[in-house]
Amino acid sequence: MKELVVISGKGGTGKTSIMAAFASLAKNKVLCDADVDAADLHLLTDPEIKKRYDFQGGGIAVIYPDKCTQCGLCRELCRWEAISEEFEVDSIECEGCGVCVDFCPEQAIEFPLSTCGQWFISHTRFGPMVHARLGIAEENSGKLVTLIRQEAKKLAEKNKLDLIVTDGPPGVGCPVIASIGGAAALLIVTEPTVSGLHDMERVAQLAAHFKVPGMVCVNKFDLNTDQTQAIEKLAKEKKMMVLGRIPFDPVFTRSMVQGKTIFEYNTESITGQAVKRIWRKIIESPEMNEKGNV
Amino acid sequence: MIISIASGKGGTGKTTVATNLAVSIGSGVQLLDCDVEEPNAHLFLNPVIEEKKSVFTPVPKIDEEKCTFCKKCAEICRFKAIAVIGEMVLTFPELCHSCGGCMEVCPEKAVTETGRNLGVIEIGHKNNVHFVHGRLRIGEAMSPPLIREVRSYTRPDQLTIIDAPPGTSCPVIAAMKGTDFVLMVTEPTPFGLHDLKLAVEAVKLLGIPTGLVINRSDIGDNRVKEYAEKENLPILMEIPFDRKIAEAYSRGELIVEELPGWKEKFLKLYDNIKEMAV
Repeated sequence: MKELVVISGKGGTGKTSIMAAFASLAKNKVLCDADVDAADLHLLTDPEIKKRYDFQGGGIAVIYPDKCTQCGLCRELCRWEAISEEFEVDSIECEGCGVCVDFCPEQAIEFPLSTCGQWFISHTRFGPMVHARLGIAEENSGKLVTLIRQEAKKLAEKNKLDLIVTDGPPGVGCPVIASIGGAAALLIVTEPTVSGLHDMERVAQLAAHFKVPGMVCVNKFDLNTDQTQAIEKLAKEKKMMVLGRIPFDPVFTRSMVQGKTIFEYNTESITGQAVKRIWRKIIESPEMNEKGNV
Repeated sequence: MIISIASGKGGTGKTTVATNLAVSIGSGVQLLDCDVEEPNAHLFLNPVIEEKKSVFTPVPKIDEEKCTFCKKCAEICRFKAIAVIGEMVLTFPELCHSCGGCMEVCPEKAVTETGRNLGVIEIGHKNNVHFVHGRLRIGEAMSPPLIREVRSYTRPDQLTIIDAPPGTSCPVIAAMKGTDFVLMVTEPTPFGLHDLKLAVEAVKLLGIPTGLVINRSDIGDNRVKEYAEKENLPILMEIPFDRKIAEAYSRGELIVEELPGWKEKFLKLYDNIKEMAV
């Protein structure tokens, strides 16, 4: 079984639209949306939720005023200044370290596990999908990403599917790191802008750091062909396969508005052909075949 | 006054709005790029960097001479960053959240702190705009401490513009919390709307006044405007899709410097924000 993770560094380069187009093309796969912070893939795949689970993150401190003597030790120890002068915990600031809980001489602080999101196993017209929703302003996004990727793998094994296609989050931090470990390959979707190039370089460094092979495609390539060439040159220097170019095409927005993939919106378009060629190169690549395993 | 610029969805134009707004106002303004995972504002501002420093977060260091292997440090750590196996203490600095619990609990004072590199902060200026950004070290997972470090450069006597990261979880909260106004940049597409709603919920939780900029306002559909009306979110500016703007962006150019009429629009946006911020 192999997992392809689609990332970008910069947000808004077209990751999820391209991912949804792959959902139309790929066979025998599980879809996984690992962008738990701002998940959008479900807007195009229209999942029918079959199973729903709570995601328990870490604990958050709660002070019981009847036991608290206001000695101030917790405020002294808390490195996040999450405890007010009135001895109330700011749940947004609380890091969940539990130091106040362990040191309170009156045992006045409890540490209930908080439900900080939900995750789902769904049926879609493209096959099974595992996705999640992290609560607003919550921590532990990396933990939730790790969890749903494990569940996607279990689901693939159970249904004897040999491919997982995962939509990753933007950036290079905690949820991205959790998204890429153990993947057979990464597809980096970038755009030909100064920021697209800058962010793609950082995400390529991240891929190298965690030793996951990366491949690159340039979306909206005709917006600036000089930048497109600069991106492709950089990708080659970083020993990443350059898969191809996708034109700047309003078909992505039009199909998104209708809740469709570009292939469902228009079965034959130049842009669609470009995406098909990229997909073929991915599934025929050594990374997605003999080398490596999920 | 501190204005944070956020979006939920990435790539909607946060950096475009932050940099053009800062340059339009020109003096007495600072721009803090808090998108430390993928900082981009410098690509458009081209600031002169005057100072660069590395930022560290404390992580435990064990003095094995003093350690009695009592395991108290491993027991208190809720992030599994310390393990005691027989007469050996293993620390996993990348898992540590720097709470200091292990140091506090150790009866032998065998735990001290050393630093884990989070990334760098760069400080500089472009004409009269003061500029600070952070760049998370590749491989580092935790961005909020570096974001807080960038924000520590806030000058209370100036207008501070914060370019926030995308999303709705801890890094965004670290960038928006305690600011006077959140300017949301969105696009009128289903993805833009979905993530805007999440970001608006986060701002409500923090109780900060907010308004919208709709970028590429003539693509997509009308649902963002319907939502804004229903939620009483004022639309402070609309930027229509213009290939010239997209191409200028691709080259790292500012709209206010390349296309006529935009500086006035950004100054008007600032006037509107001043009226709304508390």
